Amino acid sequence: MATLNVLVLVCLGYVALLFIVAFAADRLAATGRSTWLRSPLVYTLSMSIYCTAWTFYGAVGYAARSGLEFLTIYLGPTLVMIGWWWGLRKLVRVGRSQRVTSIADLISSRYGKSNLLAICVTILAVIGVTPYIALQLQSITLSFSIFFDTDPMREYGEAGVVFWVAAGLAVFAILFGTRNLDANERHHGVVTAVALEAIVKLVALLAVGIFVVWGVSGGVGPTLDRIDASDIGQWQVDSGRWATITFLSAAAFVCLPRMFQVMVVENDDERHLRTAAWAFPLYLLLISLFVVPIAVVGLDVMPQGSNPDMFVLTLPLSQGQEALAMLSFLGGFSSATSMVIVAAMALSTMVSNHIVMPIWLSSKVGSASVSGDVRQVILLARRVSIAVIMALGYFYFRLSGGGAALASIGLIAFAGIAQILPALVGGLFWRGATRSGAFAGLTVGFVLWLYTLLLPGLGGGLLPEGIVENGLFGIGWLRPHALFGIEGMDPTVHSVMWSMALNATAFCLVSLMGFPSPLERLQGAQFVNVFDHSAGPRGWTGSVAQSEDLMIMSQRILGAGEAQELFQREAALQGVYGRLPEPTPLFLERLERELSGSVGAATAHAMIGQIVGGSSVSVEDLLAVADESAQLMEYSSQLEAKSDELSRTARQLREANEKLTQISLQKDAFLSQVSHELRTPMTSIRAFSEILRDTEGLEADDKTRYATIIHDEALRLTRLLNDLLDLSVLESGQVSLNMREGSLSTILDRAVSTALTGSDRKLTVRRRRINEALMLHSDLDRLAQVFINLIANAQKYCDAAEPELTITVHNAGDRIMLDFIDNGSGIPPEAQAMVFEKFARVSAEKAGGAGLGLAICREIMQRLGGDVSYLTGQGGGAFRVMLPVAPALAAQ
Amino acid sequence: MKPTTDDIDRGQPVLPPVFLERQSYRRRRLMDAARLLPVLGMLLFAVPLLWPGADTAGATDPMPTSRAILYIFSSWALLILATVWFGFRTRGWNRAEPPVDEADSAARDRG
Repeated sequence: MATLNVLVLVCLGYVALLFIVAFAADRLAATGRSTWLRSPLVYTLSMSIYCTAWTFYGAVGYAARSGLEFLTIYLGPTLVMIGWWWGLRKLVRVGRSQRVTSIADLISSRYGKSNLLAICVTILAVIGVTPYIALQLQSITLSFSIFFDTDPMREYGEAGVVFWVAAGLAVFAILFGTRNLDANERHHGVVTAVALEAIVKLVALLAVGIFVVWGVSGGVGPTLDRIDASDIGQWQVDSGRWATITFLSAAAFVCLPRMFQVMVVENDDERHLRTAAWAFPLYLLLISLFVVPIAVVGLDVMPQGSNPDMFVLTLPLSQGQEALAMLSFLGGFSSATSMVIVAAMALSTMVSNHIVMPIWLSSKVGSASVSGDVRQVILLARRVSIAVIMALGYFYFRLSGGGAALASIGLIAFAGIAQILPALVGGLFWRGATRSGAFAGLTVGFVLWLYTLLLPGLGGGLLPEGIVENGLFGIGWLRPHALFGIEGMDPTVHSVMWSMALNATAFCLVSLMGFPSPLERLQGAQFVNVFDHSAGPRGWTGSVAQSEDLMIMSQRILGAGEAQELFQREAALQGVYGRLPEPTPLFLERLERELSGSVGAATAHAMIGQIVGGSSVSVEDLLAVADESAQLMEYSSQLEAKSDELSRTARQLREANEKLTQISLQKDAFLSQVSHELRTPMTSIRAFSEILRDTEGLEADDKTRYATIIHDEALRLTRLLNDLLDLSVLESGQVSLNMREGSLSTILDRAVSTALTGSDRKLTVRRRRINEALMLHSDLDRLAQVFINLIANAQKYCDAAEPELTITVHNAGDRIMLDFIDNGSGIPPEAQAMVFEKFARVSAEKAGGAGLGLAICREIMQRLGGDVSYLTGQGGGAFRVMLPVAPALAAQ
Repeated sequence: MKPTTDDIDRGQPVLPPVFLERQSYRRRRLMDAARLLPVLGMLLFAVPLLWPGADTAGATDPMPTSRAILYIFSSWALLILATVWFGFRTRGWNRAEPPVDEADSAARDRG
């Protein structure tokens, strides 16, 4: 019988085919001609690693033992898939937008890039998945042993077979799983090989099923009759287990590292989910379609005591269908190998990113930018991790000795992995979920699972009998299978119920009580609202000097070529050519995502943090994420402030413009008045000079008279011009004051004598000299000029028959008041407001001066820190001069 | 400062329209259906919990496995067909109108 030789040959040939397919797919993907590799079909088929050897062989055994309960393993994932619009769509979107590399990375990334959580999830996954890998090795070994049994010539070396299978799988996983570093670049080779294996196992199981239904039983009807007549012909499923295992398989489907790997990490296009949503349940339906017939016919046909787990293989062999058995063997082999390869890959990514890299990083503090290729370190870490995980599986298998203890490990692993579910679902749908909540939930769930399911389930004295019987420390209600004194439940249901319930409770309670860090809240908002925030908020601020360090670091992780390309692309986006891009927050964000595709979110965050020096999650960032309207309000209030400022400026400009216009008008009026004043004397000068020139035979008297008029007018002009000059000097503030000490009475004496000298009009001046005995500090000449002007005015305009001027002096503390009051009729009220204006004259007929005198007086007094004003109700023209005792220098 | 139109708008955010066009209305109901599908699945798969089992049957005959298989597999196929139909109906969504499918999901949820 050449079965064994053929088997080995077929096996090697199949493995070689897988190698070629994986290699070709990698090559195709590298050249970019791989459109069909990225089809929804390949995506769907790659998901079939859910169906491991445990389901390929084990489902039949399961059905033979417990009837239809095995279906729950497929119904859970079906529910998840047809609910893709709710859950998986979001998970895949988050995974792609955050460049997540594994389930541990996703959890860590969601909860503030916490590496502690990542380590927890990684450890949980390794503990949960290692026995599972051992289970696969066992199934391969068992299937080999079936063929060995039929070939009595050879001696079967179980250990040898397991060793070589494990080593071969490790080599395959290393070769195709760690070729490129960026986990987000996807492992086309592995995925394609897995898809091929999916087809093989489906075809194999369908072929065996068709053979059993139509070849052995003789059609559908007889098969159904045979089923009803068999030991499992009646519904015998425990309700609790039915519901619990359906839930468990649904949870594990999402949380299993290998499922996460193919579903989220290897996903090329979200739209593939649309197809996979029905195609994968269809695949599950087809896989489980013939399980019961095979089990029933196996129970019927095979001798008593044969292992129902191997019916898929032994049934065709017993019927002499060696080719079919070979196909079936390949199906089982495919199931086992694809699961082991992807699981090892996923686990190695987690181990290297969350355990090895952080240790390596912290051992080289501050050296993230030192040259040297980190890629090699990471790749080596992954390769070693794969080898270690396979070795763990191998030793687990050897130590547990295989057998029934292993068969139950499938569900136990599911229950362990499902502990991630509360943190995962909470993280995706609840913004209030916090890191400490997730940590508490995971810890509680993990410990309970360990205590109630894993340790008792493994047997082998891992948990002393005393504890199982009497509880921890002899406390009855701490018994692993009857927590809190509730007895009689199925151990799986019991464990899942308590661990999941307490896990979720701890998660919610701690989350509710805690307060998350800014980064957590930021990530939480991004995860929960992934469909709203496609562009992430910025977390980094960098300075230009750091670009080079970033470049060096990126080269070490992404490789020189790729890093340079990335930086060049970024520089082009920023509009900088020939230089390194500025480390803008946007760029740093993108770079972090890029790096996290290689080393995981937490490590990438830490590495960039080492160079840039810490992330800056500002309150503004949080506000922006928490509520975009807050941003809007901020913006509009800025706008409002700006527009207020503008309107203020406009008002000021308007006022300035009005002032300028007014000044310009004043200037025009002044000019026209001056011209007018100048023209009047000029006219008379011209007229009289023309008379003198042109009139013959003028009398000498007339000549003298005319010449006198001309002279007088010229004098008047001179005076006018002097006054104008004086006024302009005073008004422009360029006057220099000659401040001196002097007695008021002396100044008044001088002023009175000067004013009255050379005047033909009689004016009596009355003074009280006692009051005038005051010393002043002022410009005495200018002060005298004011007094002269006022006295001359009284002399000129006082219309009394006996003109009198009374000068009284009051000393009012800090200022002196001098009143010049005459006994005339005074200034008419309507003109009082105007007397100090330029060119203002009370009566045209007495136009002795230019009308600038009082204007000059006021200017002088203001310069001297005092004032001059007109007093009403004094019975005549009355002017009051105010002088400061110690006159402050007016603004010069 | 005089109140501008901006000031008035800020006080009263623009409300989404109360009624939708027929097409977007149908689209939202389709999405509701997609969300209800797993609930239907759970109900269908919970029915076996009511079946009389071999141990608990008592007076009634326990459920024969062949009928159980027929029920479970046909409801399974029904769910798959419904998902196929939904996938078919929503095939062009991402390509034709990305904003509706992505950015607008929050608005749609109000629908």
